[in-house]
Amino acid sequence: MSQTTTIHGEKISLLRVLGPAHVWALGVGIVLVGEYMGWNFAVGKGGAIAALIACWAAGLLYTCVAMIDSEVTSTVAAAGGQYAQAKHIVGPLMAFNVGLYLVFAYTMLEAANAITLGYLVQTVGQMAGFADAHDKPFIVLSIIFLAWLNYRGVYATLTVNLILTATAFIAVVVLFTGVKPWSNELLNHKELLNGLPYGWIGVLASLHFGLWYYLGIEGTCQAAEEVRSPARSLPLGTMTGIMTLLIAATMTWYLCSGLMPWEYLGQATTPLFDAARLTSSAPLMVLLFIGTMFSTLASANGCINDASRAWFSMGRDRYLPAWFGAVHPKNRTPFRSIVFLVPVALIFAYFAPLDQVITFSILSGLLEYTYMSMQVIMFRRKWPLDTIKRGYVYPFHPIPAIVLLAICSTTYFAVFLGYGTQLVAMMIFFIVASLWFHFHRYKYVKRGAQFTMNWPRPLGV
Amino acid sequence: MNNWQLLEYAAWALSAILGLWMLFDMIATNRAYDEELLTSSREGDIDETLVIDPPHQGGHL
Repeated sequence: MSQTTTIHGEKISLLRVLGPAHVWALGVGIVLVGEYMGWNFAVGKGGAIAALIACWAAGLLYTCVAMIDSEVTSTVAAAGGQYAQAKHIVGPLMAFNVGLYLVFAYTMLEAANAITLGYLVQTVGQMAGFADAHDKPFIVLSIIFLAWLNYRGVYATLTVNLILTATAFIAVVVLFTGVKPWSNELLNHKELLNGLPYGWIGVLASLHFGLWYYLGIEGTCQAAEEVRSPARSLPLGTMTGIMTLLIAATMTWYLCSGLMPWEYLGQATTPLFDAARLTSSAPLMVLLFIGTMFSTLASANGCINDASRAWFSMGRDRYLPAWFGAVHPKNRTPFRSIVFLVPVALIFAYFAPLDQVITFSILSGLLEYTYMSMQVIMFRRKWPLDTIKRGYVYPFHPIPAIVLLAICSTTYFAVFLGYGTQLVAMMIFFIVASLWFHFHRYKYVKRGAQFTMNWPRPLGV
Repeated sequence: MNNWQLLEYAAWALSAILGLWMLFDMIATNRAYDEELLTSSREGDIDETLVIDPPHQGGHL
């Protein structure tokens, strides 16, 4: 589909050109790299069985996130996603914090993806006999190329993501079939599964990296202002996305834990690619290498899309300088926000260690999920089901919200076990940022203009 | 200079070209259009049909 560049009268808006498949590609694209690498550190924390428990506990957490998100975002059809939701349901200070969580989570994840991509290209160079191959040129190129793609237009950006993500997912399915899960010819779970080497504390610790299987699926709602039918496309794209990830995560765990001992799997850099190497099949190795590269690119691409939308929305409401709230008149993208976040991502990708970058991304996401559990309870109280028509109504309210809050609390403890200093540092940062917003920035915000939803008066207000 | 070094230089060059392209386009766009027009986007509209109780719209305002 070609993009129109119509300016409606004297206004420019983001372009509504996306469908459910693009929403799926945005959500799954950001996350699928977690199946290719990162999830397996959960194995190192507590063994393969602990990683499976973490996989399903985190799966439950994210199913709650996806259901809650689908309901709320089907009514708050605005770029900025959870930021816009928080603004309408809770209030400006919460929204400012959520906006920052989003920008941090996605920019850090983008930096982590670029570091990984650089490492993979460097490894290829070294394997080809170039011992002095560097990763930095490819780290920088991946960030700038994807930012350029995002700058040029959302339709092309997310169509590329759809191709990359679908290929990476198919690669996992082909590998799963290739290891013949119906037989013990290649898989050896009987010998390799050794219970819980660190007991239940290991299970708790593994929850930290269990999030990696799904981290970012909530990013689908950042596309709210660019989908043709938000009330239909967003729930459909998000729910099919979490189903895809649950299947991919379980297949990944099953085949990797049946091929590699937990001592190796727990510290492997590219577990799915290693699994392909263990099959001794050259086509599978090539396919999984392509899948690894594609999943990394898709994730970084989706992160640039989402971080820029959150930053743009905050600029548009003057939570940040209004300059960031500009839309490109031809490309219809938030071009200033995209360009501004490029050096931020480059600095983290160039100078910060990978595990720190990943931890800050996980912590930002965790703070966001904690807020979501409370937000949906407020949403249902202030606007019961019979006052606003939802595109999707999540079932068993408030059980998913309570389950989400409980799993988030447990995961904080898991993160604290390994990265307590970072957790405290991040909390201090958000407190200082909140004080800055409350005492300095909020006076520039147009109080009435920031609330745009055509909703009835909330109950109890 | 080996082939890999050439590839690395190509990556640096392409990064510089794309980065400068974005920067120049951003500056040109900022100059060509009125700031009010560029920042005229407003938060997404929601279909009127999604509101069940239209007489009480805009609870926040």
